[in-house]
Amino acid sequence: MDFIQSIDWMGILKCFVVGGIICVIGQILIDKTKLTPARILVIYVTTGAILGGLGIYKYLIDFAGAGATVPLLGFGANLAKGAMQEVQKAGLLGAFTGGVKASAGGIAAAVFFGYLASLIAKPKIKKQ
Amino acid sequence: MKHIGKQTIQFDNPPTILETASIVGPKEGQGPLAKYFDQCLEDEFWGEKTWEKAESKIIKETVNSVISKSGISADSIDYCFAGDLLNQCISSSFGLREINIPFFGIFGACSTFVESLCLGSVFIDAKAAKNVLCATSSHFCSAEKQFRFPLELGNQRPPSSQWTVTGSGAAIVSASGTGPYITSITPGKIIDMGIKDANNMGAAMAPAALDTLITHLQDTGRKPSYYDMIVTGDLGYIGKDIVTELAETKGYNIKNNYNDCGVLIFDKEKQDTHSGGSGCACIGTTFSGYFFKQLKQGKLKRILLIATGALTNATSSQQGESIPGIAHAIAIEN
Amino acid sequence: MKPIETKQEYSNYVDQKSPNSPIWKNCLNAFWVGGLICTIGQFIMNFCKYQGLDETASSTVVSIVLIAISAILTGLNIFNKIGKFAGAGSLIPITGFANSIVSPAIEYKSEGYVMGVGGKMFTVAGPVLVFGISSSVIIGILAILFGAGA
Repeated sequence: MDFIQSIDWMGILKCFVVGGIICVIGQILIDKTKLTPARILVIYVTTGAILGGLGIYKYLIDFAGAGATVPLLGFGANLAKGAMQEVQKAGLLGAFTGGVKASAGGIAAAVFFGYLASLIAKPKIKKQ
Repeated sequence: MKHIGKQTIQFDNPPTILETASIVGPKEGQGPLAKYFDQCLEDEFWGEKTWEKAESKIIKETVNSVISKSGISADSIDYCFAGDLLNQCISSSFGLREINIPFFGIFGACSTFVESLCLGSVFIDAKAAKNVLCATSSHFCSAEKQFRFPLELGNQRPPSSQWTVTGSGAAIVSASGTGPYITSITPGKIIDMGIKDANNMGAAMAPAALDTLITHLQDTGRKPSYYDMIVTGDLGYIGKDIVTELAETKGYNIKNNYNDCGVLIFDKEKQDTHSGGSGCACIGTTFSGYFFKQLKQGKLKRILLIATGALTNATSSQQGESIPGIAHAIAIEN
Repeated sequence: MKPIETKQEYSNYVDQKSPNSPIWKNCLNAFWVGGLICTIGQFIMNFCKYQGLDETASSTVVSIVLIAISAILTGLNIFNKIGKFAGAGSLIPITGFANSIVSPAIEYKSEGYVMGVGGKMFTVAGPVLVFGISSSVIIGILAILFGAGA
């Protein structure tokens, strides 16, 4: 119960709105351009990395929390942040290791659960 | 037979379409034409492990069915013309590998069914064969996998996209019989009007359908009203609309006797198929199931069947190439 | 209407003939589903912090949990229905990245577990990693050159 009381509901609202708006921008790209899903994901991750590299994205994370980190922009920003932090510690080597280190959890989880799902699931037709 | 006009061949002894057969998937089995098909499957795999195997089984069983329905033995079929959409036409060649009939694998994308009827009837009228088998198949799942995205990917289909028909249509064309007869054929040219959107195949193929239609009418000196029905293969709602309008600009009114198999096979609203059906089996099953019966019962006397194909693949569309279209026409009369 | 002769005329004509996506409805669905997925992430984040994890670790847990949920929903043939309804709402969050890895893995199972699942797993999501990681390397190098950094 303490956990429920500890929740910052204003923060949740900001998270919902910012996360929603980031997705709406993606929806406009889908409907108004002929971009494929893969291209849209690439645009998001690259934009996120640039915004992260310029130090802008962290303000959005401070404001919206998971509303900024869960969309793929956050994945890109996290890659950039990791590289920049590691550079401080390890120099040029850090540029190569930092990004993947920071997002290793997500990448490994996607590969692992992807393989696991393929063992269990069978392809099915879309009903619609 | 003789060559008339620019592209048309007229037969001296018009070959008969002896019999047809059709097997469709579950979604087509819920569509408006369900009662006309020989068999509607319960599930897309049909007991097989892969989509590709399932498609091969569908064409194999359709061919077996048309042979047994026709009452002639497999031995008396001289040649077989078949093709599909999967790379190197594996559904047809794997499905028909045990059938022991000399085999021509053909590719005309979704125009394959009429292409096979064209070639078959030329063989017959040239007395190179007495009976030929023409077959085609497509499968929604194998086509999505090869041309688009994995089925489990959570993407949205744009409103202009079409739904590949799961199924197979097969016909036996014969030198002797009581009709309906294939009286003339108009093989089409490749027409590319520069459409690049792989989600708008109807628009990419419509100019080819229009070109073949007008060439056929000019070559034979006929008016559109000569036919009870002009039927295109898989242009869908958008393509059908385009053909109707553009035909009018060229001075041909086909509003009253023109339809498209992609429009007929699904219920757009209930089945959420956007611009309609597509795929080799779209015209293959709709002709074999519906139109052949209408002709046989005399409800339709003359139809012009125009199958349309988009001659593209996944690589060419990734390389930004436009989509060339093709359309072949056959006139079928009682 | 005048006859159409050139490719340009035809292209314009087709654009005008083709129906547009229902963009307002799509955007609304993308907004609330996307917002909801982020909110679920925020709850997981709050819970991790409540359990005493730091910011970075909490964020990683959020990613892993959302990816696991997406993998399960993809395997159960539910994610594609959510995706059809929500469009970018489920594509843009990390769930879309997970779905784009899991869906080819399942689809290409028929070509074997090594070259099918293993080889085709990144057919859709591969570019995300290529561009994301490459960008991070470039940004790291730029950070050295300009003496910036976090």
